[in-house]
Amino acid sequence: MSGYDIERLSRLIGMLPPAPAAWRRAARELPRARRELDGIVERAEADAEFRRALIADLENALRAEGVEPTTWPLLDELRRRVDVLQPYVALARHDVDHAVGLFTS
Amino acid sequence: MEAARNAREAAPRSPAALSAELSDARLVAACRGGDEQAWGTLVERFSRYVYAIAVQAFRLPQQDAEDVFQEVFARVFERLDTLREDDAVRPWIAQLTRRLCIDRLRAGSREVVADTEELPDGPDEDVLAQLEEAFDVHDALARLSENCRDILDRFFARDESYRAIGDALELPAGTIASRISRCLVKLREEIDPEARPENR
Repeated sequence: MSGYDIERLSRLIGMLPPAPAAWRRAARELPRARRELDGIVERAEADAEFRRALIADLENALRAEGVEPTTWPLLDELRRRVDVLQPYVALARHDVDHAVGLFTS
Repeated sequence: MEAARNAREAAPRSPAALSAELSDARLVAACRGGDEQAWGTLVERFSRYVYAIAVQAFRLPQQDAEDVFQEVFARVFERLDTLREDDAVRPWIAQLTRRLCIDRLRAGSREVVADTEELPDGPDEDVLAQLEEAFDVHDALARLSENCRDILDRFFARDESYRAIGDALELPAGTIASRISRCLVKLREEIDPEARPENR
């Protein structure tokens, strides 16, 4: 790297402004969010009541667990993983047709 | 006053400066070992780069850029184990960011112009090349004293006024311009040792 005049250096420094603080915070919190997600999914697999609560109203079920969904970085992934659990909830309700529909959809 | 300033500029490195000295490879190894502080450092080291690629090179709107930004770091976090060479993390992150930006542009263009086969404009390659240089300059900036790093970053990257910088750093606003000038010289010398007075 050579031939850097002051003007060029100034311009290059200016090309990398900080990303918004909230974005960075969410990214930094990924390890904790990942642990929370794994714990929630594990519990949903083991606890039918909790599973039903998650499927019925994901955001409120998260809030009840002390997780604020609006700033939680893995909400979409949790939603996908909770969707996978839906047929099991239908099966538990003996709603076989609905469960089969969900399994095959 | 000059002596005091020089002493401040040669002050011991802050945690931020120390983390800047950690190589990419060591940082990746620490993250892979579950060190959450190292993960935070990795995010801080590459967050500007990812943001700039999305917003400047691909010109994504802020909402799309945020989605790409979060997806990039989520994938990096999940797939760090698959990185073959730890010191190749920067090109890996760049490639991941580009791919996700392209996916985002394609998805957007499908929604907007579903009846045409036209692909959206690609990235501005000149900007991408300049961002690589800018990253190297920021790397060099991280090796300067905290004072210099802070003042140059605030003025050029955060677009703060002399007054705001003076207030934040408790410095007379009238001295900011000369400090910026001195720090730019130090930065140039850091990047190009040939520019140092003893090497001229």
